[in-house]
Amino acid sequence: MRVFWIAVLCALLAACAGTATEQSPAGVEDRKPGAEARGTEGGGPGSVDLTGKRGASMLTDPASPLSKRSIFYDFDKYDVKPEYRPLVDAHARYLREHPEMKTLIQGNTDERGSREYNIALGQRRSDGVKKMMILLGVREEQVEAVSLGEEKPRAQGSSEDAWAQNRRSDILYKGEY
Amino acid sequence: MAQLELHVVKKNSIDRGMDSARGFVRALYLLCAALLALAAAPAAAQLTIEITGAGEKRLPVAIVPLAGEGVLPASISSIVRADLERSGLFRGIEIPLLRPHPTEVSKVDYAEWRARLADALVLGSVAARPDGRFEVRFRLFDVVKQAALGGVAYTLTREQARATAHRIADYVYEKLTGEKGVFSTKIAFVVKRGTIFELQIADADGENGFFVLRSNEPILSPVWSPDGNQLAYVSFEQKKPIVYVHSLRDGRRRVAANFKGSNSAPAWSPDGNTLAVSLSREGGSQLFLLNPDGSNVRRLTRSSAIDTEPRFSPDGQFLYFTSDRGGTPQVYRMPVAGGGAQRVTFEGSYNVSPRLSPDGRRLAFIHRNNDRYQVALFDLETRQMQILTDSARDESPSFAPNGRMILLATVIGGRGVLSAVSADGRVKQRLSVTAGDVREPAWGPFIQ
Repeated sequence: MRVFWIAVLCALLAACAGTATEQSPAGVEDRKPGAEARGTEGGGPGSVDLTGKRGASMLTDPASPLSKRSIFYDFDKYDVKPEYRPLVDAHARYLREHPEMKTLIQGNTDERGSREYNIALGQRRSDGVKKMMILLGVREEQVEAVSLGEEKPRAQGSSEDAWAQNRRSDILYKGEY
Repeated sequence: MAQLELHVVKKNSIDRGMDSARGFVRALYLLCAALLALAAAPAAAQLTIEITGAGEKRLPVAIVPLAGEGVLPASISSIVRADLERSGLFRGIEIPLLRPHPTEVSKVDYAEWRARLADALVLGSVAARPDGRFEVRFRLFDVVKQAALGGVAYTLTREQARATAHRIADYVYEKLTGEKGVFSTKIAFVVKRGTIFELQIADADGENGFFVLRSNEPILSPVWSPDGNQLAYVSFEQKKPIVYVHSLRDGRRRVAANFKGSNSAPAWSPDGNTLAVSLSREGGSQLFLLNPDGSNVRRLTRSSAIDTEPRFSPDGQFLYFTSDRGGTPQVYRMPVAGGGAQRVTFEGSYNVSPRLSPDGRRLAFIHRNNDRYQVALFDLETRQMQILTDSARDESPSFAPNGRMILLATVIGGRGVLSAVSADGRVKQRLSVTAGDVREPAWGPFIQ
């Protein structure tokens, strides 16, 4: 029964978000148009499975605010700057409306300083995003905040520009990590 | 390098107009590349050690080639000499061809060795035993005092030649300096090559390296169990930091801490029964104690700040750790049994990664000095701090088990290398691998 409502919700949301033309990034399940008619397991010729998959596509559709996943920080700072509040708000709303969805927030730092201390700094960044989401009504069980410290830089090099890109929290959904 | 050469071979072949043979050349090329990859893959990166600074006064020692040492696959005398020289405290003197070749039982002509400017002398011999093993005997002499200081006989297999040489070096070192040698110890470190991370172990001289864990995701913070049989470390293989304990005997891995959030910064208690870790499971980064099998988790710090990088004092009574509870990251200390924390470092705005010397009297840590991150040594009694390095991106200091040298990670020419510096800042070495970044060193304990 619950699955049914989720499916209906997802279908509605997907309709609002428009057609899914984006290819899934690596690590995300296959969801090519038409794939939903097959049902990977437990489905028959006439079954329709919209769970997760349609919902996920609106997470990656560039037209959707939910496709924006990164929050950037100033040096040695971990507060979510005002310009990123709408982004966190959009994801909080999505998670509220999809209580079955789970998100992983990964905090990152630039390369300067101790690796372990940077794990803690990255954690403070992801914890900050998580706290904001909880305040916006997301359930604790839906969010995990972790840190990758300086270990997974998006930008290589030791320039101010690279560092700025690496001081970041990323919001990921199940299947994306 | 190998690939570059192959490209040249291919180009020349085509230039010579071997169009019809192009397919064959390509196949050959691929075969060569595959063979080279195979040849290169299994061997762990060879760590090379370069001495970049030595002690002010180095004791001249004569390590005479052991009579008959050619039967062993490694030259015992060369390894002993290299070990002693690497310590920065000794200088091996050149030895002419001696006839008759002296052994540990020869009568020593002290005046002759004094004339060669040797203060100490090692003589010995190697003999093959009927059971296929070998016997190595040596004797150490004080040339100045004209006295034999002792000697040992070892029975060994062919494969134990290097290990035996390190034990001889340890013996000589201890007799001449009064402190234990670390030539038989091992070091662990992480090598990043391309997108591959390897946790490796090598002998203290960089030889015999092998990987303990190879992963597509970062590995960090390896720490040796006090008995040297296990490594605890942080692995990102599940896309988040998780603390594992890895048995070096059988490769068995156990999750020690995998709670919601981040799990990192493991440290062993001196008795090996407890791990201190930093967990974010209750929000923030706080210190917890747990058993190495992951049981009996108890929270130790309760602050709204970052508490991480714990290290036990050698007596097991205190934890030193990094915290920013005072506004900037500094080293603090608190009783393992719980209670208030005391601030330890005050100089500067960034002092992290505390490591106690084996005697518990000094603290090494990373100190930010203007924009440079350098290893500093702090005397816990006199409260004096001394910066030991002149590099700019030092990380992860690790004491040798005798406290004389500190191994650290740094960046030179854009590449991650290891470097070792003596506690007095004089002796310096650089340890690097070809085509890779080395980082996260951990010097292993004395092995009984």
